[in-house]
Amino acid sequence: MADRQATPASITLENIAVVRGGRLVLQKFSLQVRAGDIIWLRGANGTGKSTLLRLIAGLLPAAAGDRQIDGKIALVDDRLALDSALSVEKALGYWARMDGSSAQAQQDALAAFDLANLADIPVGYLSSGQRKRAALARVLASNADVWLLDEPYNGLDSANAARLDGQLLKHAQSAGIAIVAAHQPASINVAATISLDEQRVNQTG
Amino acid sequence: MSNFLALLLREMRIAWTGGGLWLPIIFYLAVATLFPFVTGPDKVLLAQTGGGILWIAALLASLLPIERLIQPDRDAGILDQLALRGWSDEWVAAAKMAGHLLAFGLPLLLASFVASALIGLPEEKLATLIIGLALAMPALAGLGVTISALTSGLQGASALGGLLLIPLAIPVLIFGAGTLADNPGNAMQLLIAISLAFTALSPFAAGAALKAGRE
Repeated sequence: MADRQATPASITLENIAVVRGGRLVLQKFSLQVRAGDIIWLRGANGTGKSTLLRLIAGLLPAAAGDRQIDGKIALVDDRLALDSALSVEKALGYWARMDGSSAQAQQDALAAFDLANLADIPVGYLSSGQRKRAALARVLASNADVWLLDEPYNGLDSANAARLDGQLLKHAQSAGIAIVAAHQPASINVAATISLDEQRVNQTG
Repeated sequence: MSNFLALLLREMRIAWTGGGLWLPIIFYLAVATLFPFVTGPDKVLLAQTGGGILWIAALLASLLPIERLIQPDRDAGILDQLALRGWSDEWVAAAKMAGHLLAFGLPLLLASFVASALIGLPEEKLATLIIGLALAMPALAGLGVTISALTSGLQGASALGGLLLIPLAIPVLIFGAGTLADNPGNAMQLLIAISLAFTALSPFAAGAALKAGRE
């Protein structure tokens, strides 16, 4: 696995406002995340969880405020971003090459999400839960510092949800950052839970 | 640069396996096959009009892959993943143009040898046709990627793409068909100029459309 960057990963958002489709989705939103933190994002549909993740990823501009991100980012959302005609291994290999990840990192990621026996199956033939695991394996293989996971538990059975929990803890222990947007309460110890319904932050860790 | 190559090769693979290559080439050859049935076996008429018909067929064939150039990657989240990795939208557009050029333009040039034989184009015009099409292909690839980026996500993107591409490609068609005249010098120079302009500007126009579509 390639070494992470020397500077510790961090996320700083100050007084952020985001407008989408003429609607103010986030306003005066501030957040400070340090290396090793897992942040749990909660909120009803349309409260801005995905918008916040895309803003942190740099895929959406802020209408106001400052955004400072240190570290390589990986994102999982409801889109797989894997070629459906390719086998799981080749589809992951495409991004692994883009990320400069080693073949071993890719194999480790496949094993971590119990995909080794599906490595030769075309992505298009996977079930929704298997596809979600493949997308999570893409993040794991990328060796990114900051994981942005939008509804990562959707479609996962209990065994694979536990695997994801384990990988999140491992990532945090190795000074990574994870921000998880989910409807269910956190199943692991997290640094903070943010409720976007009222833009309220509860420090729990 | 190796990542640019990886993206370019991916574009070519998708074109080869997803119908983006064969359908336009079959369409192009079908026009060349059917045209003599309409005009009759008048060799003089075919020699006079065949080159122009192949230019129109090439332009219309270039419309067919437009819908698959951007939309599937946007829907699958591929474009977002490239942006996350620091790829500029212009660079993505340039890679897509290069991939489209190699996956569609090159086979179309090769098919032109067959098409010109089917339509009865005189041998002395064949070289001019091939050179003209080769010069025009980067412009058509650039226009194709730009229009695909502009229309992706819109309802009726395919029809809208055609409506946008045809008027924009008129200068390419006029100068391209002009190269088949007895003295093609001026038309060839103008074709080179318009192709260079489209090729240089398209990554920026397509990149702006990709960015606007993401936001």
